[in-house]
Amino acid sequence: MQGLLPYLINGVSVGGQYALIAIGYTLVYGILRLINFAHGDVFMVAGLIMVYSSATLPMYLAIPLVLLLTVALGFVIERAAYKPLRSAPRMSLMISAIGVSYLIQNLAFYFTGGLPQPVTNAIPWISENVTVFGESTKRVTLVTPVLTAVLVAALVYFINHTKIGMGMRAVSKDFETALLMGIKINSVISMTFVVGSFLAAVGAMLYFTNYPSVAITSGGMPGLKAFVAAVFGGIGSIPGAVVGAFLIGISEELIKGIGYSTFSDAFTFALLIVVLCVRPTGLFGEKVTDKV
Amino acid sequence: MKKILALVLALAMVFALAACGGKSADTASSSAPAADESGGVVKIGVFEPQTGDNGAGGKQEILGMQYANYVQPTVEIGGKTYEVKLEIVDNRTTAENGPSAAAELMNRDVSVVLGSYGSGVSMAGGAVFAEAGVPAIGVTCTNPQVTSDCDVYYRICFLDPFQGTVLANYAYNTLGVTSAYTLAMLGSDYDQGLVYYFTEAFKALGGTVKNEDFPEGSANFVSYINNAKAEGAGVIFAPVSTNYAQLIIEAASAQNFEGTLLGSDTWDNNMVVESAQGKAVTVDITTFYQEGGNAEFDSGIKEWINANADAKTNNGGNDMVSAVTAMGYDAYFTALEALKAAGSTEPSAVLAALPGVHYTGVSGEIAFDEIGDAKRDAAYIKTANTETGAWDFVTIQGVN
Amino acid sequence: MKTIKREYLLTALILLAVLVGAFVLDASLPSYHIAIKVVKKACVYSLVAVSMNLLNGFTGLFSLGQAGFMLLGAYSYAILCIPVAKRAGVYQYFDGGIVQFSLPEFFSGFLGGTVGPVVGMLCALLFGGLLTALCAYLIGLPVLRLKSDYLAIATLGFAEILRAFFQWNALGPLTNGSNLLKNYPDIGGAAAYILLVGVFIAVILLLVNSTYGRAFMAIRDDEVAAEAMGINLAHHKRMAFIISSFFAGVGGGMLAMYMGTVQALSFKSAMTYEILLVVVMGGIGSITGSIITSFLYIAGLEWLLRGLDSGTFLGISSPIFKNGFRMAIVSVIIMVVVLFFRKGIMGDRELPDLFRPRKKAAKKGGEAK
Repeated sequence: MQGLLPYLINGVSVGGQYALIAIGYTLVYGILRLINFAHGDVFMVAGLIMVYSSATLPMYLAIPLVLLLTVALGFVIERAAYKPLRSAPRMSLMISAIGVSYLIQNLAFYFTGGLPQPVTNAIPWISENVTVFGESTKRVTLVTPVLTAVLVAALVYFINHTKIGMGMRAVSKDFETALLMGIKINSVISMTFVVGSFLAAVGAMLYFTNYPSVAITSGGMPGLKAFVAAVFGGIGSIPGAVVGAFLIGISEELIKGIGYSTFSDAFTFALLIVVLCVRPTGLFGEKVTDKV
Repeated sequence: MKKILALVLALAMVFALAACGGKSADTASSSAPAADESGGVVKIGVFEPQTGDNGAGGKQEILGMQYANYVQPTVEIGGKTYEVKLEIVDNRTTAENGPSAAAELMNRDVSVVLGSYGSGVSMAGGAVFAEAGVPAIGVTCTNPQVTSDCDVYYRICFLDPFQGTVLANYAYNTLGVTSAYTLAMLGSDYDQGLVYYFTEAFKALGGTVKNEDFPEGSANFVSYINNAKAEGAGVIFAPVSTNYAQLIIEAASAQNFEGTLLGSDTWDNNMVVESAQGKAVTVDITTFYQEGGNAEFDSGIKEWINANADAKTNNGGNDMVSAVTAMGYDAYFTALEALKAAGSTEPSAVLAALPGVHYTGVSGEIAFDEIGDAKRDAAYIKTANTETGAWDFVTIQGVN
Repeated sequence: MKTIKREYLLTALILLAVLVGAFVLDASLPSYHIAIKVVKKACVYSLVAVSMNLLNGFTGLFSLGQAGFMLLGAYSYAILCIPVAKRAGVYQYFDGGIVQFSLPEFFSGFLGGTVGPVVGMLCALLFGGLLTALCAYLIGLPVLRLKSDYLAIATLGFAEILRAFFQWNALGPLTNGSNLLKNYPDIGGAAAYILLVGVFIAVILLLVNSTYGRAFMAIRDDEVAAEAMGINLAHHKRMAFIISSFFAGVGGGMLAMYMGTVQALSFKSAMTYEILLVVVMGGIGSITGSIITSFLYIAGLEWLLRGLDSGTFLGISSPIFKNGFRMAIVSVIIMVVVLFFRKGIMGDRELPDLFRPRKKAAKKGGEAK
């Protein structure tokens, strides 16, 4: 292993990308107790929309369009696939999530012809090369963690200081009481999906600027790893998800650095299992007692 | 009432299944004599991935066959003129879909099969072709076992041991590099096979090699490039599929890798060369054919691709001719030669005629050795021109 | 009393008809015919789906490790059955590998050339199942303490870790690394598969109808109540996990037989999802449902719906019938079932239940199972 620096820079950037996806998982899990398997695919679709829109539209139109369409997709998924199952057992909800993931991948497959779509018109400026401490890298690598931090700060403010944010916290604490207190459950849940999808869209734009090819399975691995990050940090906790994501991003790159790349994915899952067995609430998770 | 209905339905299903099978067997036997009287149709099966990791390459290979079919839509067999029909079945790149896709082709009564791009799925399909006794002509499947383990498989391309050695020689002798870094996808037999032969040959020449794998679905190759730099590697040899090739070029450019990226025949794709455009990278690859090798073929297929929107999309949006397309074209004509030599559309006759087939295609002389492999002793080496976004011819390299 | 007997008679008749149908199929069609391939693959999927149903449907443990367990079974079968003479070719990069015997050849040494290989193949299948069960026992130690969705994600993780191990070049002499395993024998045609799978499913059926099965269902319906009734939760969950994994391993071995080649890359989490969705469509808690859906799903996907991908379906040609349309249609159907027909095509009923008058089926459902 050469200097540690290039691996760290890259790890922080990867962590930032995972963080943006992980927040979507953690918000939804906090409220619906649902692992939204389709979230990684929403991320992938955001990438596809970016490919198609940036090829035809100028950048100042393409970026808002990506955000808008991805948010709409998240909203529609919740309304169509999760809302009808609100009273069903949690297993049905999870199966529905897996079904949605399957559906999105197959539809994307149909529309792309099953071929990876190269990002031909990358977002300018952030896709350029820069040199940090003598190491060459793309500017997006440096922008990602900063942008992630800003967005997380904004999100924390939103959750703590706005009415709908308070609603979200109330629903995640106690679903039924919140309902009785007059909180519009459905709009709060929709809002959760909107926020999650928005962050996934931002994440996708950064991710696919860095790795400019969108395959229909592109969402799978980042999605699963972001989920692991969310569990690692304590699912339901936003700071936890962010810290977990950065830790996983960095350790993954270090593992590649010391020559165990065969197990770079396996490591993430091993970490997940260890965390689940030793401290199921994660680093920052609250202790939840199961209601009988 | 309900239970009777259920019973009737269940029985009907069983009978339908049996009847279906019976019917297709009937048509199989009745179509052969009918064809003899009026010439009729001869079917050539196309066993190619149109989706999955190798979808892009498979589609380009099919293009060559379709163009060949457009140029030469008929064939004279035993004194009668037959119309040639391509039966295209998608094998989805992966071995587990190979048997059913191959069985589907057998179901369509093809006389000979062309394909596949990617060796793993070819081997999986080969077992079915062998069972059915239908000959198959591998177009760009380079793993030795495709033919060595299957009596009905022939191929028109060079093999992995050859290609790996050529690349090692090129890196060591021509580029003057003594330290190499290889990157292969975990779980891909194509990648791992080429890396194995490259490593053997490169070490035999006196060089040092560092091997690493990446898990499927990786997008972030930055740390691998950093590892290569840390090793002081002069070349990164990554015989990976098109998608990963693009990402590796991107990462190498971002990390300012100064050595050469060495690719195999999978890199010979316009999407790869376009991703190198405007970047400070050196990309050298081996391949089967260099655009410009046959002017008549080049201009003809370009015209055809430009006139055909679907073909253009499948070719990656432009009219650059990939080597696999040329190989697909040659494979089609090799199949026609075999049909002519057999004098019959019976798969068994074609199988018997195949070993003796000689054909001069756009990619060179095609003849088979006793295992069924093409006798080839040279590969084209091309380099990506980062200004024009096209491949430039470098040299023809043999193993010696 | 008489009606019950007739229901079972009809069921037996149908099963017999299926078996006869399979023999007819084998006799009248060449072995490479698509219909036989479909029946074989559907049999394998039935077994795997039923084993998943045993865990997810009957015991209520939401596990997503199916592909990993199948991988173990598939590799065990392949490694034990490749003829010694062919090993040098298969393990071309690993000097012929370290396993230098082949069960079918070993058994044909003293059982003769016809019985021996079959016994050897069956032994390899069972060995694969036992190995998978052992692995499941070890995985279950930490994982089974987790609750529903955590269990799902942890088992999914284990499957991915297993896959990474099998592709690791350091284990190459055993697993052939990333390369294909092949050249091992297949046990027979459609009828052989139906018989074999039939036996395995019958064992599962007996199990479901035993005290164990009732305990599993009690755990599914209410863990706390089940524990209060004196059911040892940890023990029964472990048993369900191990038994289900055993059959998943055997199913994996049969999948290897069917495919003719094995590569770890095939056993991705997408395969688990696919099987889970088959189980859901058939009805969670219905063995018959899993079997019927497996057959419909495989026949549709591999054969009957291929036209949707290649331009012409049922005589209709349309430009929208292009590559991928088939999968899109199938996934839309799945979503419709998941959202609007939550019980799947069979609910929790079994084949004999279909021949009962509606009212009685509801009353005697529990008894029949």
